[in-house]
Amino acid sequence: MLTVRTLDVAYGAVTVLRGVSLHVKEGEVVAIVGANGAGKTTLLKAITGLVRPRRGDVRLRGESILEVGTARIVARGCSLVPEGRQIFGDLSVRDNLLLGAHVQYRRGKAAEVRADLERILGMFPILGKRSGQLGGTLSGGEQQMLAIGRALMARPTLLMLDEPSMGLAPLVVKEIFNVISTISLAGCTVLLVEQNARGALKIAHRGYVLETGRIVLEGSAEDLLASREMQRAYLGRDVNLETARVTT
Amino acid sequence: MHLNRYGQVGIFMASAAGLQLAAVAAGRGFLLTQMTMSAYYTLAVLGISLLMGYAGQISLGHAGFVAVGGYTSAVLTTLDLTPYRAQPLVAASQGLGLLLARPDLYGGELLVVQPLVACILAVALATLLAFVVGIPVLKLKGHYLAMATLGVGTIVYSLALGTQWLGAADGISSVPPFPLPFGASVGGPAGGRVVNYYVAVALLGAAMLLLLNLVQARVGRALRAIHGAEDAAAAMGVDTASLKLKTFVLSAALAALAGVFLTHYNGGIGPSEASVMKSVKYMAIVAVGGMGSLWGTLGMSLALNFLSLRGYFGAYDDVVFGLILVGMMLFAPEGLLALQPRRALAALRLRLRRREDGEEPR
Repeated sequence: MLTVRTLDVAYGAVTVLRGVSLHVKEGEVVAIVGANGAGKTTLLKAITGLVRPRRGDVRLRGESILEVGTARIVARGCSLVPEGRQIFGDLSVRDNLLLGAHVQYRRGKAAEVRADLERILGMFPILGKRSGQLGGTLSGGEQQMLAIGRALMARPTLLMLDEPSMGLAPLVVKEIFNVISTISLAGCTVLLVEQNARGALKIAHRGYVLETGRIVLEGSAEDLLASREMQRAYLGRDVNLETARVTT
Repeated sequence: MHLNRYGQVGIFMASAAGLQLAAVAAGRGFLLTQMTMSAYYTLAVLGISLLMGYAGQISLGHAGFVAVGGYTSAVLTTLDLTPYRAQPLVAASQGLGLLLARPDLYGGELLVVQPLVACILAVALATLLAFVVGIPVLKLKGHYLAMATLGVGTIVYSLALGTQWLGAADGISSVPPFPLPFGASVGGPAGGRVVNYYVAVALLGAAMLLLLNLVQARVGRALRAIHGAEDAAAAMGVDTASLKLKTFVLSAALAALAGVFLTHYNGGIGPSEASVMKSVKYMAIVAVGGMGSLWGTLGMSLALNFLSLRGYFGAYDDVVFGLILVGMMLFAPEGLLALQPRRALAALRLRLRRREDGEEPR
């Protein structure tokens, strides 16, 4: 569904992504994990046209979307839940959701929006309770639910999430990952960018590890979770050290 | 109170009628002149309210667009085309009924462009200018529009001031009235004051309906989203560059329309209409009326423009509006109506404390 080929992105003289290639198949959940500053957010921004890559290509269903522009990419069914949630604090929860349906209105499907709104409010009961409240008054977890719900209002076929677990309590993180699994089961392809490697890989089919702008590892989620390198770098275990201690 | 926009505009029209009756009943019908002018200025201010209060884009050159509208229509309705009668363009226009022969002050006859045609051309020119300025600038994020429009305003002002056939410092006078159906007209003898007032109020009401219709639905949400976070708005599928451009062009067109009617009403226009201080004044009014509050802006604009036109601020007019702008930005960036004194005080205290701690004040 989505193919990224040898992508280079630079901010001025600083090269952030070097030769990144990856693909996401229809119906998959793909996780991109990596530490702070690895280039995860930049990768999503490049895919959605928010930053212009220096080299390489991004294809959605075989068509290059490099020159398409963010608004049109969203209209083609590729929605982003941005880093830091980016809730519109001055708008009500309801208006935030309706804003997510912007492309649905443009597709002339205003009639479906009302049903979608009910569906999303049902999916996140807490949003239903707070639908008249300003987005800025919600807690972090609620805002994340709102950001996801808002993206779903566009009826995407590919949902990209940028660090949905950031800054949330462990219980809420669990809930968010459950929601993402549910969305995937409902037939939506998911590209998930996370620092929380364990949580992300647990719900993903496949994963990529991004390190200082390069893909250093890729494979099925189980393989990645089990791999030594992965455990050392991202899961907080130094396997070499542990085995060393056992042998001495 | 949940009135739909028609109800709201109805109440506005009724209040405007009440004011007119009160002014006449008090024997102060002459006040209607300034109320009418204030209404036309408000038309321009409403466009800026959409641009600044909703989309978060700052323009420092809307007086330039008012002047482009006013001057275009003034030139076209006063320039005598009789000597050019033989030229194909002039002849064709006359054949199509786009021109009008009218007597001049000295009993001779002038051949000029029909006011309605001149008005359409004036608004079209301002729209075109807004497109030319807006297309490159609004692709960028940030306050580049403020700089570009500041330039446009200054250029229009200098051109108006320095061009002989635009009347230089004197401007253009003896602009004819703008005829309307049913014998009404914009401008003309002082006896038509009441009719003129209602024409202005009706135009304002119509503009209000259009703008409320825009902001109360999808477009309004998208504009506020751009104001809040442009990238996030784009991620919602909002074509931010195009929407910002459309808003800017619409506001420029409204400003030009205001300029056209103001010029016909006053019977002339001068270069001061294009001055940057006028643009600052419009911006100050939007700020005090409330960012994102069309009705607040409408009320404030009618009141402040009226006071200013009546000369209540005297020689300090520019100072008053400058102070209003600075004061609003410091203490109530959301506008007076959104002001909650206790919260504002708390915010001020926090700001002072931050400063003491040596942090950057936000």
